Amino acid sequence: MQRRSVACSWATGPGESVAQPAIAFRQVNKWFGKLHVLQDITLEIQPGEVVVVCGPSGSGKSTLIRCVNRLESVQSGEVVVLGQSLTQPSVNLTRLRTEVGMVFQAFNLYPHMTALENILLAPLKVKGLSRAEAEKIAVALLARVGIPEKAGQYPAHLSGGQQQRVAIARALAMQPKIMLFDEPTSALDPEMINEVLEVMTDLAREGMTMVVVTHEMGFAKRVSHRIVFMDEGQVVEEGKPETFFAAPKSDRTKLFLSKILSH
Amino acid sequence: MLLAGFLGLQYDFRWSVLWESPFGYWLLQGVKNTIILSLLAWVIALVLGIALGILRTAPWRVPRAVATAYVEFFRNTPLLVQLFFWYFAVPQILPAGPIRDAVNSLNVDTPLLTLNYEFLAALAGLGVYTSARVGETIRAGIQSIPRQQTEAALSSGLSLVQVYRHVLIPVGLRIVIPPMATEFLSIFKNSSLAVTIGFAEITFQTQQVNSYTFKGLEAVTAATLIYLAISLTIAAFMSRMERQYAIPGLIARGATRE
Repeated sequence: MQRRSVACSWATGPGESVAQPAIAFRQVNKWFGKLHVLQDITLEIQPGEVVVVCGPSGSGKSTLIRCVNRLESVQSGEVVVLGQSLTQPSVNLTRLRTEVGMVFQAFNLYPHMTALENILLAPLKVKGLSRAEAEKIAVALLARVGIPEKAGQYPAHLSGGQQQRVAIARALAMQPKIMLFDEPTSALDPEMINEVLEVMTDLAREGMTMVVVTHEMGFAKRVSHRIVFMDEGQVVEEGKPETFFAAPKSDRTKLFLSKILSH
Repeated sequence: MLLAGFLGLQYDFRWSVLWESPFGYWLLQGVKNTIILSLLAWVIALVLGIALGILRTAPWRVPRAVATAYVEFFRNTPLLVQLFFWYFAVPQILPAGPIRDAVNSLNVDTPLLTLNYEFLAALAGLGVYTSARVGETIRAGIQSIPRQQTEAALSSGLSLVQVYRHVLIPVGLRIVIPPMATEFLSIFKNSSLAVTIGFAEITFQTQQVNSYTFKGLEAVTAATLIYLAISLTIAAFMSRMERQYAIPGLIARGATRE
């Protein structure tokens, strides 16, 4: 795929009119009780960038992306999303969450609603769109994720891959500027993983800013602009996919890659 | 009668006391009063129970503590004692004056039933007691929904109140239809305790028939059969509802619809 050149700007002064990062972590720390799950994280993600976050389980990668839409709050440091600091008490959570979509490992579709109704709920109730407007968006999104014929089906009657595609459509229905994916294919049978990755690849090609926690290293190689490797609450290494896989710097990264790439 | 003869009992059955005037009419009155009392108490129990289920699961500390205290108090004291509280104690703790007088002398004929304090006390007692139990059932239903469901809804911009309104309550209520059916049945059966505070429901009326005719066996048989008929009707209604509102794939065994 073609890569856009991503402006990497560290300047945030008012005089310098450069693109501000879509997401910025600045010396972020978070504890769960005594467990120091995020240790001094500093990371910027630019608009249009696709970043894969990988690492062993318990490394803090899910917690990291859950801080972006404030499902988790941080104890010190600052998280800035689309120019809005999430550590301010006045942060507008509704606005933030309409601008940041999220897809979960376990799909989490509303089981009492059809696929279409799942997609409609937030546009109707949060954005206050009319039913006709919202349905137009929802129908178009179901077509975009490749399952227009499943509109009237309940989640229980869809395969895992189809459910996850509805979940992606549901998140896109709010027309977010950033999409977060928390191990979107980890609960899927192997033959369904691709149909979900294809939807995500299309989304990346269209220029969506994406942060993807995944173990799908093929997807990371082909689609991402940057890979962030985390371990024990720290960002151990980050880099472009070609250098990350070909020449990892730290021993910890080498060990991790040898384990997940060997089979 | 064969059975009575076989057992060597000397009892003169007279089933006609169940429909002779005025006893048949009394029993019908009792059925009507039981149904009105139970249905209104159920509305109270459901409304309060949903509120309790929300407060017991939501992250608001003080309301949750209040709801917990309410549930533990009303669930862990006998219904009979609670009825006595509403009937004998409440009027006495009301400040002396027009309100207390109105409560004590309340007696208004409405097209449906005679509105008196016996009815109000029974309604409050039954509704509040059942609301504590319904609240716990609804809490269990809400808590059985994975937490990530709430996170998914929140992450799409819905407020917590909207998440309750559109996801947790509708899903939670459907999950607990079977235990709620049990509570709904219980409220009809528990309404018989209102006899102790003089509300003219089925049990009260059958005891009246007994007092006037000394036909206790017929009267109790009538009460039993009436309660059984009501309960079986409700059970059938609730199992139909269970099928109708089943969440596809969530409620098991033959309850899903394609």
